Amino acid sequence: MNTPLMPDEIRQTVLCLLGEIAPEADLTALKPGVNFRDQLDIDSMDFLNFVIMIHKAFGVEIPEADYPKYGTLNGCVEQLSDKRVT
Amino acid sequence: MAEFVMPTLGSDMTEGTLVEWKKKVGDRVVKGEIFAEVDTEKAAIEIESFHTGVVEQLLTKPGERVPVGRVMAIIREEGTQAPPTIQAAASPLPLQRISPKAPVSSLHPAPPQIAAPDTEPGRRRISPAARKLAGELGMDPAFVQGTGPGGAITLEDIQRNAQTRRQQPSTPPAFAGETGDRQTKMRQTIAAAMARSKREIPHYYLSTTIDLGRAMTWLQEENLTRPVADRLLYGVLLIKAVALALRQVPELNALWKENTAVQSPGIHVGVAISLRQGGLIAPAIHDTDKQSLGELMSRFQDIVKRARTGTLRSSELSDPTITVTSLGEQGVETVFGVIYPPQVALIGFGKVVERPWVIGKQVVSRPVVTASLSADHRATDGHRGGVFLSAVDRLLQEPGQL
Repeated sequence: MNTPLMPDEIRQTVLCLLGEIAPEADLTALKPGVNFRDQLDIDSMDFLNFVIMIHKAFGVEIPEADYPKYGTLNGCVEQLSDKRVT
Repeated sequence: MAEFVMPTLGSDMTEGTLVEWKKKVGDRVVKGEIFAEVDTEKAAIEIESFHTGVVEQLLTKPGERVPVGRVMAIIREEGTQAPPTIQAAASPLPLQRISPKAPVSSLHPAPPQIAAPDTEPGRRRISPAARKLAGELGMDPAFVQGTGPGGAITLEDIQRNAQTRRQQPSTPPAFAGETGDRQTKMRQTIAAAMARSKREIPHYYLSTTIDLGRAMTWLQEENLTRPVADRLLYGVLLIKAVALALRQVPELNALWKENTAVQSPGIHVGVAISLRQGGLIAPAIHDTDKQSLGELMSRFQDIVKRARTGTLRSSELSDPTITVTSLGEQGVETVFGVIYPPQVALIGFGKVVERPWVIGKQVVSRPVVTASLSADHRATDGHRGGVFLSAVDRLLQEPGQL
């Protein structure tokens, strides 16, 4: 049976993935509404790897056109909240 | 016999510190196989063997600093006989001396003769039990003092050595945990290379603005057909276009050696990668022009990851024939790059920006990028540089052909 994902669960997982991408970053200071790329030293390769990790962790398809929606912590939570883990 | 020397991994490298051997005495090593890990001022690098054969001697211990060009190991190449066994003399044995190979670069002074371990491991007397235990403990007998007849290594020697190692506090090697020190050294090595570049290379600079409209549209459509893990970044198109343009202007794909530009038979584009701890490194993607875009993307991803985790290979640092750098993500529009000697050119790309662009008689908005060329005037003239940038532009207008 599919289970809806809880926002806290998503937040923790996303932060965990970001920690792998930018291990030097202080993620406790991350502003949830501000773009990752404005807060962390990540480039397009890092962001692509982040999207790939989201895809694998949550089992969701992410079209390239939707990348900007995953650019903030709030955006990730919003995008993934209505997904269901299987 | 072949000598395995500390390689030069760029003009800015003068020495390296052995982190660990990946083979032990008696192991077979194949050309191109990882033989050692070396810490340089920039990163830990996996060093590949240039020879195929059996490891005869390991002359350097982990933690030792070794100048470029110094012999670190001896490999008995296939097809050659093992040296005759030398009768062990009364202990202690005299030091074996090896003549080092000529220094790789004239920048580096000829290294002094070096002292090997107290005798060649392949020729040492060691009891079967001692050899077996050393193998089980992962211990190289080369570094064990033998106390048996004629300096032979006994089981007790191995046991005593193992005991000593256990009792020693686990202090990290001198090269570990020196983040601040590494930063300083990295700045110093970059400073040395860049100062040399500006001192010796008469740079000339050219730039052109390239319409990326077709390339971006093609990329968008292409990525729709690819699963997320296989999607391409536009930077890969730029790298491939540079590599193909070099086939048309091979003078730029060269190294400056002894007052002459020597064209490279292979096109190995070095990609500038900023490191998280600061500084940068520009490893080569070998045979860049022969890779499909998918292969190139995969290699690019891999090399960025390994550059940032410190697992680059020696050939990736020693082989670049030209460097590509992109500072577009930092908002830069035009790059005026400094050539990395002994290369003779560097290509820079800026930010992709929407600009008014005239097509036919209409002004339209197009995504454009400024491509710049920094080139060595000793090797080429502006005319050839211009031909090269035109070729890059032309290639990017036909992205499906890349």
